[in-house]
Amino acid sequence: MNEQASVLEVKNLSKDFITKNFFGKPKQKVSAVSDVSFSLYEKKTFGVVGESGCGKSTLARLIMRLIEADQGEIIYKDANLLSLPKAEYKSIRRDIQMVFQDPFSSLNPKMSLLDNVAFSMWVNGVSPLEGRRIAYKYLDAVGIPRSFADRFPQMLSGGQRQRVAIARALVLEPKILIADEAVSALDKSIQAQVLNLFRDIQEEFSLSVIFISHDLNVVQLMSDEVMVMYLGMVVEQGSAEQIYNNPAHPYTQALFKSAPSMDVKEKKLEKFQMLGELPSPLNPPSGCRFRTRCPHAVEACALSMPNKVEVDKGHYVACTLYADRTNNQEAAVM
Amino acid sequence: MSSSAVEVSDKETVNLANVTPAAATAEESFARKAFRSFCGNKFALVSAIILLTIILSTILAGVISPYSPLEGHAKDRLLPIGSPGHILGTDEQGRDMLTRMLYGGRMTLLAGFVPVIVAACLGGGLGIIAGYFGGRIGTLIMRVLDIFYAFPAVILSIAISAALGQGLLNIMISIAIVFTPPVARVMETAVKRIRNQEFIEAAKSSGAGPFAIMRRHVLPNVFSDLFVFSTSQISLGIVIAAGLSFLGLGVAPPTPEWGVMLNSIKQLIFVDPMLTIVPGLGLFLTALTINICADGIRDALQVK
Repeated sequence: MNEQASVLEVKNLSKDFITKNFFGKPKQKVSAVSDVSFSLYEKKTFGVVGESGCGKSTLARLIMRLIEADQGEIIYKDANLLSLPKAEYKSIRRDIQMVFQDPFSSLNPKMSLLDNVAFSMWVNGVSPLEGRRIAYKYLDAVGIPRSFADRFPQMLSGGQRQRVAIARALVLEPKILIADEAVSALDKSIQAQVLNLFRDIQEEFSLSVIFISHDLNVVQLMSDEVMVMYLGMVVEQGSAEQIYNNPAHPYTQALFKSAPSMDVKEKKLEKFQMLGELPSPLNPPSGCRFRTRCPHAVEACALSMPNKVEVDKGHYVACTLYADRTNNQEAAVM
Repeated sequence: MSSSAVEVSDKETVNLANVTPAAATAEESFARKAFRSFCGNKFALVSAIILLTIILSTILAGVISPYSPLEGHAKDRLLPIGSPGHILGTDEQGRDMLTRMLYGGRMTLLAGFVPVIVAACLGGGLGIIAGYFGGRIGTLIMRVLDIFYAFPAVILSIAISAALGQGLLNIMISIAIVFTPPVARVMETAVKRIRNQEFIEAAKSSGAGPFAIMRRHVLPNVFSDLFVFSTSQISLGIVIAAGLSFLGLGVAPPTPEWGVMLNSIKQLIFVDPMLTIVPGLGLFLTALTINICADGIRDALQVK
């Protein structure tokens, strides 16, 4: 995996949200993203999976610089995006685009579909006429015909709107596309169509994709590599086959056991209840954040955050269970 | 989108036959739809017609008035309503009431509309900036405007007018100042609602600067809130302007303006009460039709 060119490298990204009291004094801290690192390889899809509230969407916004990270680096084209001055960053910004989760609030209801897409062009110095022409082209590429383009978002269904959202992301010809729960708000049947569309455009436009979802099946379908997150930290990371065939971290194993299957021939699910509830992000457990729900927790788990350990080539787990089994090398970063 | 729900199909172009019925009228713009909805509202339509008549006749005052508004013959003073040649009677100096109403209406309407437009631009701009940026800038703007908010509108406008002196321009300025903070507050609230929607995030990630976003994404979505609120201020503006003139702070006699006319006629209420009602009725009718129209517009803007 490392022989391939990595197009984006995220290193030790962290973000805390601090709630302030009335006088502006910091009150409480929510650790939304904690020490996340991964590499996105060219033309590959990197899946990020986890429960709601695990920090996946915050991670996406940190990469897009819609939220400013507290710590960490994002290396793109040999430069750290987080430390670039605004002017330089603006020219790079178009290379990384995002498709958002909610099809109903991600398009401006007062603008036509065409204008929603063309706006990205206009703010980048393209003339209105030329911007519209390019917008037509991309709307067509996602399956929205020209006659539809002057309509308004309220007239479309969720799946159609997501197509427009994809066109809008594509129009700046990015190298990297982030899909933040892009199909979660859609019906299953529509999800399939939109996922196929994702695959088609990924190939057609040679994109590298970061695919974020809470749905294991979807991530399995779309991803080459997968990263599992829990309460802001990375618990496991590896290729899709490794994660799905051989989940190492107790949390990942629990996720798989509780995931419903579409396979009608499969035997009845064993009754599996994940212990306990998601701890409050305001007060995460010390050490490994999963330890309060982990069936294999030991004392060492509470002492410190477990380091990433390589259990297989390219397959990393952050769990004290594996820390002993490994040989001398502990892989801290990839 | 395809008729069989379960099959996984390749990317397909949208089939127009399956499109929602609303799309049949898709070509119609929002403005046109709102207009049709407004016309369907009988009260609003009648009020709009009356209002337009009032406005038009004041604009055409020079053309349709039978007399000059400033000339009066003492021998004709205080003729009652319905006298030959003076359909609305004459005032205490023998000037024709109809003519003075028409000319006076100009001042009154100007004093109602212009400050509202100014307050909408100024207050709207400040409110949108405060709402979009939030943080220190927003707090600074809103707290400064709160200083003005501390005073009741009428008292504040009297104070400002007294400081500026007489004249139509000065009362327009003072009313505009008084109207700006409420508009800003309404706009700030509206923008706060919109600011975290995903299409704003999408616009930011395409590299748009804050002013491009405010102009093309924020403003169209808060415009109807602004419009509705501002139209509600118009009738208030007219009444305040007339009130200020009544108190002697606005237009000076002999220039006709409905408030000034009320002032000079008020002592005649025991002599000829019907005459004193005329400017008051004009104010009432204008304010009423404006309010009904504003309600109608607000309802029409709700159309999807």
